[in-house]
Amino acid sequence: MSTREYMLGNVAIARGIVEGGGKVISGYPGTPSSEIVDTLSAMKERDFYVEWSVNEKVAMEVAAGAAMTGVRSVVTMKHVGLNVAADPLMTLAYMGVKGGMIIIVADDPACHSSQNEQDTRKYSEFSLMPCLDPSTPQEAKDMIPYAFELSEKFEIPVIFRPTTRISHGKSEIELGAITDHKAEAKFEKDTSRWVMVPANAVIRHPHLLGIQEGIMEELENSPWNELTINENSKIGVIASGLASVYAKEAMENLGLEASFLKIGAYPVPEGLIKKMYEQCDTVLVIEELEPIVEDRCKVIAKDIESPVKILGKTGGYVPRISELNTDKCTKAIGDAFGIEVDVPEIAEPELELPPRPPALCAGCSHRATYHAMLKVFGKRAVFPSDIGCYTLGVQNGTVDTTLCMGGSITVASGIYDAGEKQPICCSIGDSTFFHTGINGLLNAVYNKSNITITILDNRITAMTGHQPNPGMGLTSTGEPTKEIDMELLCRGLGAEFVETVDPYDVKATEEVFKRAKDFEGPAVVITRQACVIHARRAGVRRIPFQVDTEKCIGCRMCVNLGCPAIEFDKETKKAHINAMCTGCGLCSATCKFDAIVEVQK
Amino acid sequence: MSSKASEFDLVISGVGGQGTILASDIIGRSAVLEGKGVRAAETHGMAQRGGSVVNHVRIGCELGSMIPLKGADCLLALEPVEALRYIEFLADDGVIIMNTESVYPVTVTTGKAPYPSVDSIVEKLKETHRVIAFNATEMAAKAGSRQAMNVVLVGAVSNFLPVKTETLLERVKEMVPPKTIDTNVKAFETGRSMVE
Repeated sequence: MSTREYMLGNVAIARGIVEGGGKVISGYPGTPSSEIVDTLSAMKERDFYVEWSVNEKVAMEVAAGAAMTGVRSVVTMKHVGLNVAADPLMTLAYMGVKGGMIIIVADDPACHSSQNEQDTRKYSEFSLMPCLDPSTPQEAKDMIPYAFELSEKFEIPVIFRPTTRISHGKSEIELGAITDHKAEAKFEKDTSRWVMVPANAVIRHPHLLGIQEGIMEELENSPWNELTINENSKIGVIASGLASVYAKEAMENLGLEASFLKIGAYPVPEGLIKKMYEQCDTVLVIEELEPIVEDRCKVIAKDIESPVKILGKTGGYVPRISELNTDKCTKAIGDAFGIEVDVPEIAEPELELPPRPPALCAGCSHRATYHAMLKVFGKRAVFPSDIGCYTLGVQNGTVDTTLCMGGSITVASGIYDAGEKQPICCSIGDSTFFHTGINGLLNAVYNKSNITITILDNRITAMTGHQPNPGMGLTSTGEPTKEIDMELLCRGLGAEFVETVDPYDVKATEEVFKRAKDFEGPAVVITRQACVIHARRAGVRRIPFQVDTEKCIGCRMCVNLGCPAIEFDKETKKAHINAMCTGCGLCSATCKFDAIVEVQK
Repeated sequence: MSSKASEFDLVISGVGGQGTILASDIIGRSAVLEGKGVRAAETHGMAQRGGSVVNHVRIGCELGSMIPLKGADCLLALEPVEALRYIEFLADDGVIIMNTESVYPVTVTTGKAPYPSVDSIVEKLKETHRVIAFNATEMAAKAGSRQAMNVVLVGAVSNFLPVKTETLLERVKEMVPPKTIDTNVKAFETGRSMVE
């Protein structure tokens, strides 16, 4: 049997967790991290526990609890999720673990699917937890069993930080053996260790600082850092993580002779850096996002009074924003060392290309909800929103703010508290409501916000790839579980106006929104209709619609809904419904001329 | 003219939902089975919902997955506008294989932006590159399903890839839904015959 398989980086990471003997794996979905738990959940034979938790803080605490018992655990999330879990992170560093624990945090330079570009390596510096930064999907897999061992050796969690091009990159992966190491869970009482009251915490802080040197020494000699000294050259390049493969390709293309240090583990390898300084008079540091290695390099040079010149983001050679690539690295190296670079000339296309932004799917129930919302509340109303597919409603005029997961209800409250006179109607998805929206609703009730809260319940966590959540009655592995009653939950949080409606029923939805708008105090409207992609996969088939061209006057009302299934025919000046129609009926309900009808068989 | 770091660099562009990932998977897995290193990058998540998507596939490569500007040997476009959008990745002597069937973005259907005529796109591309343009969607429909359009284009690009045709065809059979194997094999072969 071949031991080489072509796989997605996240699938390779999941394989690494199995090879390394992970026993409890928790996470909250977020692109680009989601497929790790998805892959483990989909495995038919499992000797580990895996769950989608309701948010990252919860997931972190579940994995920490497991690691306290001596088993190996993993928690996964995306970079912004670590902000949610930052509270347990910082104290967990003091407390440490018994079983190996890996905190996987996928970064997203260039914001491919994120609201910011933050660099998780900063949290590694901040928390004093070591961090591994893979340069290829293969290395990502191989680092995981190592990370478990490192974690157990120093009894501290290890941060593992892939980026989008690792998580969503593909390559052939050489599989490794699956470990027999499976500790039995046994919680041993030790209040000085597991109870972080001040008296214990003040002792654990120096302990945490005390193990740093050992961790550094261990990592310095790990295979993730590689120094190649070129004795014919006085220049050096230091590159970390993914940037190291771009830098290597750039150096090959330029035919550059230089010493090269690849960094894949933090804290940075000071000994290797010093060795490079002995050979070089100028060093260029190439890394994505924040100048973490670069700053350390400067401190080290100053400490040993080395005359070496350190270039990087300082001097503007390497950009601090967006992701790197071979072209950017080639230019940086060329500029830094005065090498002429043959920059390809890219002509601007003379034809004007239409932008193709992502849009709500044909038949997506969020479009119907937003249509009714806009009609009832009016264009001047304020529409705070949240993170999910429904953020794409920004094109429908019903997304005025998007701050972070769970930030919609709280921002709406703030806008109300400030004295805004326009009506305020916020929107949040089902999974996001369970994530951190619950606190916002509780706060809105307690502090008497006069706002409407719309929970767009499409029965699944759709944007990240259809993961289950507590509203579905299914666990991550598809087992039936208690289905959380959203209406009861909202009432339990103190909301007095709670109504559920099918957004495909346009009239009924408008009626509910009218009542919610008139209600004094926080009113909750739950618009419930299954995600159209998931429903189709489950076999739901609705009759598609067509335009009666005799009745269509070309008013564009339906076209302006922004549904990908409705086009405007320039020649006939009438609307046309294409093959993407899923039969939701929103366009038919909004047509004043009864010109949109079901296709007759 | 692939860079020194790679044997063959392919850019696949299209619209979220058209099947760019399956197309690149068929090619990537085939190359790995022939013992070649492959690095690939793909678009997931929010960008996917009907948005413009691009995949990079580097065959015989041990470094990063991103193809440098003007580095690709071939651009495989599942949609005409999406061919022009990523042309900067194609080498001067690279070849374009493109589907001529348009998918209008919401910006066009709602009248916010014009869509250039497909003929003008093909003409423009022909000024600088070798272009193989045909309606792959119609050919897929004739083979049995419009959805097999991506496999028609994999068939067409098979003429240029450093991978055996049989290996690709076996992967097609393995990776498409079992009921659609005949359709997809036919789609692959019609696509392959479009290049002389």
